[in-house]
Order: sequence, then structure tokens, then C-alpha cells
Amino acid sequence: MKSRIFWGIVAPVAAIVTSLLLISGILLLKHTSPVDILKAMIDYGFSPRNIVAELNIASGYYIAGVAAAIGFKMMLFNIGIDGQYRLAVFFAAVVGGLFTLPPVLHVTLIILVGAIVGGLWGSIAGYLKVKRGISEVISNIMLNAIAAGLVAYLLQPTRLGEQAEGSNNLNTPIIAPSGQLPTIPFLGGQIHGFIIFTVFIGLAYWVLLNKSTFGFNLRATGLSFKAARAGGVNAPKMIFVTMALSGAIAGLTGMGTLLSETHSYSISFPSGYALTGLALALLGRNHPVGIAFAAYFWAFLDRSAGVLDLNGVPKEIITIMQGTIVLSIVVAYEIVKRINKQQEQKLVGSASATLKVSATTEGEASA
Amino acid sequence: MQNRNTKKKGLLAVVLAAGLAFSVVTATAPSASAATKITKIGVAFDLGGRDIPGFNQLAYFGARDYVKTHKGVKIQELQAALSDTDATREERLRLLATSGSNPIIAVGFTYASSLKIVAAEFPDVKFGIVDDSTVVLPNVQGIVFAEQEGSFLVGAAAALKSKTGNVGFIGGVQTPLIQKFEAGYAAGAKSVNKKIKVQVSYLSVFPDFSGFNDPAKGEEAARGMFDNGADVVYSAAGGSGAGAHKAALAMKKWSIGVDADEWAFPSNKAYKSVILTSMLKKVDVGVLAFINSIDKGTFKSGSVTFNLKNGGIGYSTSGGRVSSYKKKMDTLIAGIVKGKIKVPSKPAM
Repeated sequence: MKSRIFWGIVAPVAAIVTSLLLISGILLLKHTSPVDILKAMIDYGFSPRNIVAELNIASGYYIAGVAAAIGFKMMLFNIGIDGQYRLAVFFAAVVGGLFTLPPVLHVTLIILVGAIVGGLWGSIAGYLKVKRGISEVISNIMLNAIAAGLVAYLLQPTRLGEQAEGSNNLNTPIIAPSGQLPTIPFLGGQIHGFIIFTVFIGLAYWVLLNKSTFGFNLRATGLSFKAARAGGVNAPKMIFVTMALSGAIAGLTGMGTLLSETHSYSISFPSGYALTGLALALLGRNHPVGIAFAAYFWAFLDRSAGVLDLNGVPKEIITIMQGTIVLSIVVAYEIVKRINKQQEQKLVGSASATLKVSATTEGEASA
Repeated sequence: MQNRNTKKKGLLAVVLAAGLAFSVVTATAPSASAATKITKIGVAFDLGGRDIPGFNQLAYFGARDYVKTHKGVKIQELQAALSDTDATREERLRLLATSGSNPIIAVGFTYASSLKIVAAEFPDVKFGIVDDSTVVLPNVQGIVFAEQEGSFLVGAAAALKSKTGNVGFIGGVQTPLIQKFEAGYAAGAKSVNKKIKVQVSYLSVFPDFSGFNDPAKGEEAARGMFDNGADVVYSAAGGSGAGAHKAALAMKKWSIGVDADEWAFPSNKAYKSVILTSMLKKVDVGVLAFINSIDKGTFKSGSVTFNLKNGGIGYSTSGGRVSSYKKKMDTLIAGIVKGKIKVPSKPAM
């Protein structure tokens, strides 16, 4: 058990070091000192204002990461996070902007709408997989495109959106103050109140997976569909529910931004969470704490990338770095897996040897 | 990147001076601003960035044109990303401001709400925002364009050139901004030929902004329109327009460019024979005018609209393929400038 935690930390660290070395190589080729660049990034990225911003960004990333991780546990590749998230935050914004309600009720309603819409959208891919055998990757990519089209269609001023005079942006009506979540003052900045829910999502994910029958069934089905089925688990149902659950969590990805920052959905709302979420789940090894570190690290990289441009280094170098991290993490985990397997085999080998010995002694005794 | 000879620069400067004189300035608060010594110009780009032909690049050219004549002035650039939140954009502007950039140009309307916050934090820094006029602060200028007017002209040119009575419009991403191009183009084409058919296609819907930089999609859309009987296609789709040129070359039809004079792009060398004209949205002129106004102490807050009247909008004549329509075009320009022709900025539903 101890060695598993050890390897779980070594692998991502090795991946990050590998990518750092690669980036340093590229920087040296460009005659730029990697140390200076790293220092600039750390100075800028860990300034109080940026730590606050990074926490806010990381909070969204984290939820996307958990959504991806829950899918991974079921061997589902939920690339549909983007669509689930977009549709969810759009409808949450629309419903939230419709009326005023008592504060707690209003915010709860918005969050619920997000989770339900995301869950429903995710369950489409789950249904198609279970009933029609369609790969969730294919259906989710298509559902992403459909979700984008649907939101763009509905955001027109003649439908659910509006366009301010002199603006080229389209947005949903602003959510009334009762539907806005207060921010938490921290280091001179404002942290989205939704970060508390983010922590809660992480906890719930851990409890659900490790302390519940549902989680056991989920992991069992993920490890082996046939074995789980033979063991009495309704495996197809598990796949469907997991896909819906992953979608519901993905539906909460944009809530921090919506509830504490923009209070409406618009063309300039962020996108591209699916790939980030999947990368973070990989990097954090589907572990709630691991994903949290990964999410903050990612947010830090995104954020401090800005200072690279000013130092004459194209910020795409950060994208290269993130890419190599994901690649090396896959390789690193594969290596760790093999090492573990060897160790297990050794253990099994010695255990069966002792078993044999004891069996023979028993046999001798009975004779 | 783009072939821009010096002669043309001189011309632009003249246009610019004229433009400044006639600019439709809707000053909200008279801001007494003394001339500022410019040392660093900050540019925060929209998606796509500086290296893709289009309004980002033109905004950069505007800053670069200033730097060319003012030795020692630096340009600080920051790029955008898909995952940007308003907070990210805010920080980008703040980073430029704290690292000494003044003025700062925010390229694209997505910066509007972030700019409102940052501009208030840095009252001594002047900000210009392209394509938005919602930020009303004493140190902010909206640099906006009457894209529909230029699109009207190239729409008329397309209708004049068309033998089939059928023309096409390709939009990069379906947003209100690009719909202005569509509305003007369709109105322009109809002003020449009431019965003309205008096919409309958008390459992507937000938040998928790939439509602004996907020549393959542009080519496919243009081919579809040519197959459907169109013989001229206008692409308001940034880098995707090159695909439409390619389709036009392969099918012996006509293509119309956008923002800059696409005929003069080195990358479009092979398509010179099929580029009819380009709608000119001179973001470079707008940005340069903004920077110069700060340099000279004539900066005004509010929004400055660049249109046919002040030369911030126009159509290109390179290649001489529309020279025979000059008379007709001049009449139309005069009509628009005098207000006799009303150009819609929203497509008919």
C-alpha cells in the first residue's frame, strides 16, 4: 500500500520533470535562460492577485477533472464534458435570469439546473452506448457539436439571448442579485463562493467511489464488465448511470464563473474544458487530491503563461509543456504498472511457495 | 506576412488624416488629455492572434506603423486562448498596464467587460477597444467600423459581376458582428439586381471559433455554393477565405476577400486571377489614429466610427477587376455617405 502511494507521487513528478527538461532544451536552443523564465513565471504566478485567480480557474478545472475521472473509473472516455458543460451553464444562466427568488433557493435552483441539464446530456451518450453499442467517444464528440449549435441558436436576441446597444456580444439576461453567489475575500482578491462546493464535490467523489456499494459496483464494472455482471452487478445500468453522473458533474464546471463573476452566459464565456479535464484526471490519477494538485498546477501554467509573451517567449511553449506532461504521465504510469505487476508476481510467487510448503507439511502430518 | 508597399502607406496616412478630421466622434466626456510620450504600446489579441490575416493582424499593423516612425517604441503583445474567462482577459490587460504599456489596444469585443474594470483601475492609461462601443470611461475609446457599408459595396460588385444572378456569402463564425457583413452584402447585391439569390453559410458557431481559420471548411462551403449556381462568393471568414479563393480558382468562379486587400497577400499569389475585390475594414488605420491621438494630445473618449465617409471602410481595386464598375460604385458610395442609401446592419430574418 505504501509503495502504491509512493509510485503515485513519483510518476507525475517524473512527468513534470521530463517536460521541464524538454522545455529547457527548447529555450536553450532559442538562447533564452530557462532559469530566468521559470523565475519570471513563479514570481508572476505566485503573486497574491494571481493566486486568487488561479484558485478560481483551478476550481472549474477541478470539477471537469472529477467529471473525467469518474468516467475513467468506468473505462469511459467522457470527451463530451465540453458539450455537457456548455449546455448546462447556458440553461442555468437562462433559468437563473428568468426571475428573482429568495437568495439560497435561487442559487440552489441554478446549480440544480446545471447538474440536471449536464446529466441529461451526458446520459444520451450513456443510453447510446448501453442500448446501441455506440462508442461514447463518437457520440460525445457529435453531442458536443450539437450542444454548441443549440446554444448558438438559442442565444440569438430573438430567442433567449440579448444584445446590448453598441455591443457585438450576445448574452443571456443578467441573473438578479438573489441568484449571485458571494465571493470570499482572500489575499486582496475575491474567490468564487462556489469553491466550497468544489471541495464538496471532491469529497463526495471520494466517498461515493470508496465507501459505497455504488462505487464498488462502478469500479468493478470498470475493471471487468463480464466479471461484474457475473458477480450480480447490473453492469449496463452502471455504465448509463456513470455517464449521466459524469455529465452532471461536468454541468457544474462553469458555475463559479457564472454565479460569482459574469452572472450571464455570453459568446465570451470560456470553453475547451473537455481536454483539460481528461488531462487532469490522468495527471491526478483519478484521485480527488491528485486532481486538485493537477488543477492548480494547470491553472498556474495557464496564468503565468502571460508573462512569457512579455519576455519574448511564445506562450505556446506552455501548451507544449502541458502536452508533454500528459504524454510522459501515460508512459510513467505504464512503467509503474509494470513494476507493480512484477512485484505482485514476486509476492504471489513466494506466497504460493510457502503455501506449497505448508501443504506438504500438512500432508505429511496426516499421513 | 503581407505585402504592404510604402506608397500605399503614404496614401493610408493621408486617408487617416482625413479620417481623423471627419471621424464621427461621440465624445461622452471631454477629457483634457495632454500629449503623452509613448514608450510601450500594449496589444491584447483576440483568438487567432497576430499571425492570421484578419483584424488581429491589422490591429498589430496599426501599432507597428506607429513604431516605424517612432524609433525606440516597443510593442508588448499578449495572446488569447479558448479557455479565457473575463478574469483572464482582465488580467491580460492589467499585466500590460502594470508593465508600462500606454496606450493599450484590446482587440475584439470579448474584452469589453474586462476593460470596464481595468480601465477604471488605471485612469492614466489610455485604452482602445476594437469592435465595441459599450465601455464608457474617460480613458477608453471604442474603435468601431461600419462593416456593412463596405460589404454593401462588394455585394454590389458581386451582383454586377454575376452572370447567374446568384452569389454567396461565407461567414466565419455566426455572431452579430459577422452578420453585419452579411446584411450589408445582401443589401448591396439586391441594390443592383432585385432578383439576385444570395446564399448564406457560416462555417462554425461559437464557441467553436475555428471558422475564422479553416481554409478547408471555407473551400467546401464555397464549392457547395458554386455547385448551387453562384458565381461570386464573399468570405468574411478570416483565414478560411483562402479556401474560397482556392475553390474559385478550381471552378473558374470569383472570390471576394475581407478586412485587408487579399489580392496583395503573398499567400494568395496563386489566386490573384480570381479575387474580384476585397472589403476593407481598416483596423490598422483605426488603431494608428487612436495611438496618434494620444501622441498629439487629441485623444477623445467615447467611440470613433470608421466608415466610408472617413475612409476607414472601403473596397480594394487591386487587379483592376472592378474598375469597369467604378462609376456605379462611386454613385453608391456617395449615396451611402449622404445617407440616401440606408445600409442595414442586421440580416433580414
